[in-house]
Amino acid sequence: MSRTTRRVLAVLRSPVGILAVVACLTLAFLAIFAPIVWGAAAAVTDTEQLSQPPSAEHVFGTDGSGRDILLRTLVATRLSVVMALTATLAGVVCGVVLGLLPLMLGGRAGRLIVAAINIGVAFPSLLLAIAFSVILGQSGTAATLAIAIAMIPSYGRLTHNLAASVWGRDFVSAARVLGVPDWRTVLRHVLPNVRDPLLVNAAITAGTALLAFAGLSFLGLGIQVPEYDWGRMLNEGVTRIFVTPAAALVPGAAIILAGLTFVLLGEVLGQALTPSTRRRVPRAMRRAQRTSEAPADATAVDEDAVLSVRDLHVSAPGADGQWQPLVHGISFDVARGEIVGVVGESGSGKSVTLMAIAGLLDAPLRVGAAGARFDGEPLAMTTDARASSVDHRLGQRLAIVFQDPMSSLNPALSVGSQVAEPGILHLGMSRSEAKAAAIERLRAVRIPDAERRYGQYPHEYSGGMRQRAMIATGLMGTPALILADEPTTALDVTVQAEILAQLRQVNEEHGTSIVLVSHDIAVVTSLCSRVLVMYRGRLVEDVRSSDLKAGRATHPYTRALLATVPTMSTPRGEPMASIPDDADFTAGAAEVEVVRAADDPALVETFGETALAEGAS
Amino acid sequence: MASTTTVLALAAQQRRGNPWLRYLGRRAMYFVASLVVLVTLAFLLVQLIPGDPARASAGELATPEAVEARRIELGLDQPLVVQYLRFWGGVLTGNLGDSFTSRTPVIDVLTTRAPATLELALLAVAVVLVVAIPVGLAFGALTRGQRRPGTEAGFTSISAVVAVIPEFLAGIVLVYLFAVNVQWLPVAGRSDAASYVLPVIALALGPTAALTRIVRAETHTVLEQDYIRTARSRRMSAARLYRRHVLPNLLTSTLTISGLLLGGMIAGTVLVENIFAWPGLGSTIVSSIQGQDFPLVQAIILFYGAAVLLINLVVDVILIVVDPRTALDAA
Repeated sequence: MSRTTRRVLAVLRSPVGILAVVACLTLAFLAIFAPIVWGAAAAVTDTEQLSQPPSAEHVFGTDGSGRDILLRTLVATRLSVVMALTATLAGVVCGVVLGLLPLMLGGRAGRLIVAAINIGVAFPSLLLAIAFSVILGQSGTAATLAIAIAMIPSYGRLTHNLAASVWGRDFVSAARVLGVPDWRTVLRHVLPNVRDPLLVNAAITAGTALLAFAGLSFLGLGIQVPEYDWGRMLNEGVTRIFVTPAAALVPGAAIILAGLTFVLLGEVLGQALTPSTRRRVPRAMRRAQRTSEAPADATAVDEDAVLSVRDLHVSAPGADGQWQPLVHGISFDVARGEIVGVVGESGSGKSVTLMAIAGLLDAPLRVGAAGARFDGEPLAMTTDARASSVDHRLGQRLAIVFQDPMSSLNPALSVGSQVAEPGILHLGMSRSEAKAAAIERLRAVRIPDAERRYGQYPHEYSGGMRQRAMIATGLMGTPALILADEPTTALDVTVQAEILAQLRQVNEEHGTSIVLVSHDIAVVTSLCSRVLVMYRGRLVEDVRSSDLKAGRATHPYTRALLATVPTMSTPRGEPMASIPDDADFTAGAAEVEVVRAADDPALVETFGETALAEGAS
Repeated sequence: MASTTTVLALAAQQRRGNPWLRYLGRRAMYFVASLVVLVTLAFLLVQLIPGDPARASAGELATPEAVEARRIELGLDQPLVVQYLRFWGGVLTGNLGDSFTSRTPVIDVLTTRAPATLELALLAVAVVLVVAIPVGLAFGALTRGQRRPGTEAGFTSISAVVAVIPEFLAGIVLVYLFAVNVQWLPVAGRSDAASYVLPVIALALGPTAALTRIVRAETHTVLEQDYIRTARSRRMSAARLYRRHVLPNLLTSTLTISGLLLGGMIAGTVLVENIFAWPGLGSTIVSSIQGQDFPLVQAIILFYGAAVLLINLVVDVILIVVDPRTALDAA
């Protein structure tokens, strides 16, 4: 059984899937059989029973001509649904062809079609349908045609947008380079790749067509007497709504139910055809989220350190309903005025640790610690506890510099107002005081022409300037600690050095402690006095920078990490050293004292014995 | 990388002039082109109608001589090009001919009835925006990060059902509930403030549900952005976070969708006006189509089309004021 089949079956077995199937089957059944079974009975006009309320004989009563409202509604299913589907089929086919034509034709003709589609899309389809019904006259066939034509532009645009995105992909370019004619490329390579979203939209479009039909017939521009669809019944029923409300409400309900059926079908198709990236967290796990993970034990916390963390745990809900640990109980301290580096490969939990301390992790993650203190006071270690509340202490004393300055500043607000915000929030500054202070801080981080720059937006700043602005924001208060999460990774090499120098300057001038997360061990050793090495969510080494530089790392992973750093003496021409994905150092944590890197077969295989011997000496 | 792109963008900017003006110029050209297409289609509309406009104008019982006299009077004997140019002249001078049925100038019908339609549409849009943005934001905040799955399921299903209800059904149900059953509000017509309530709600209901869903989904997208984490690191209240940092980032997509919804609501007024006997253009267009009053049909279609195009233009201009990046990207 293929993946797709399994997914389709799973969706069909879900409550929504079952509902959609039942609704579609009911609609199909009524459309086929209702006119055959009840067609004659629905046409009977009973002059004895005009506009009767519901009774045993007539479940929803009779209309102005004494006809049974329920039977007429059921019989009208066929005309209403068949017309909607016919219009959808015609509109979708024409729309797809029109949407693909620009790619096949290319050039001026293609652009002309795109322009025409864009102009057509501007007009609501009901208006287009009304306009076309002027030309085509007022009948069921004319309305079908009018609605089909009215949906062509929007469907054409959808097809064109989808197809154009596929058109730019490599396999299409490859086919074109190989000399496959464009029309063939479109049919063989483009169409199959845009089919699924087109199908989903066709289902939803069918629902819209059904409503549009009801609207036209309701206005008297669609189906004409003696034929009737739901819209026509509404048209007749609404004038008598004071006498027999059911004559309008019952076909109205039918329209909504049929419309919902198509929407539901689209929803289910969408779920079945597109792999879902979202995973739901099981209920039991969501409940567990609110409880702290580690038992509280604040005794071991260092009172003098600016930051002291004991047994910090972070976990994420896994696919199997189990908690997957991201950080396994790490403990460390940061002294006042100290710069501490945190290194480790991607996914080792360094950034997660930092964000947990900052209190910025959000559900569905789960955070807990035996104890944590910041700046002489206890720090709550749970998700959400500090996320959105005013906290003057943290606001003034804890600054954070994020990884990607491109995405970390709000694009809708001026940079200056974001820098000034802590002043207004936590320092009781007025708007103008905060502005003056922010300009002063921007100048302090060497942003040229700070007054003018204050009012500019993030997209007008370069990457390095944004990161400087971020540091300036942290300096609005008097931070005891700056948490810097890979502050230079997203920047040009030349800018990296400037940002690091800026951080060092802050440390020297204000005695601010810094925790610097980086995967660049060279950056860390140059700036930090101490380095924490993380590996798979564990703290495997806490070492002085000088020891690290001198090669006195004890853990094999640290040594392996060091060995990957190219130096001036690294032979050119040979492949750069790297740590293999399947290398496992977890066992090494217990045997730090005895295991020499050169004894580790995985490392020997990767780096060769000499490289390891050099790293260890 | 980043600085290179910035430099390149700046260089390109100097070469091509102010990107805002460029964008506005292009947008205005597109508007004019669309208007030309609209006027041409409105002109062709009458040419394409099966049957004889002169006969329709003179009446079913008129003699052949009277029909011919009418044809010359309407200029229908002239070559198509001449008729087309005359039509343009009429559009530009506001002379769109006389109604076949009432024999009064079509422009008078437009000016007397259009305000009622515009009032209805604009009030409904105001209701949609005032309700959908806070409600969508609130539900987005409540259900962020997979919180409150019950609330989320309830919101998604109810809003999906409401969004499907077309305005004419909403109108009928509202009439039944509030005008027939409890008789709190007037059934039809346009008089005091109470008479606006039901038509405006009928028109606004579906779009409100649709926009609320979009605002909620957008809120989730915005909440996942890095800059929201940055904002949270400044330890502000939830109220400030949502008002100052989330809301402005919702506006671009919300406005874009609102423009589309407003266009759809212009069409929706046709249906709502027919339910509530609202004295706007929507009730007129149906009767004039059925009565084959072609000059009137033509004028009303022109009006609706121009209104939709103007809305799109205004939304695009507001968009670049709110979010200058869109203009820079487009230019």
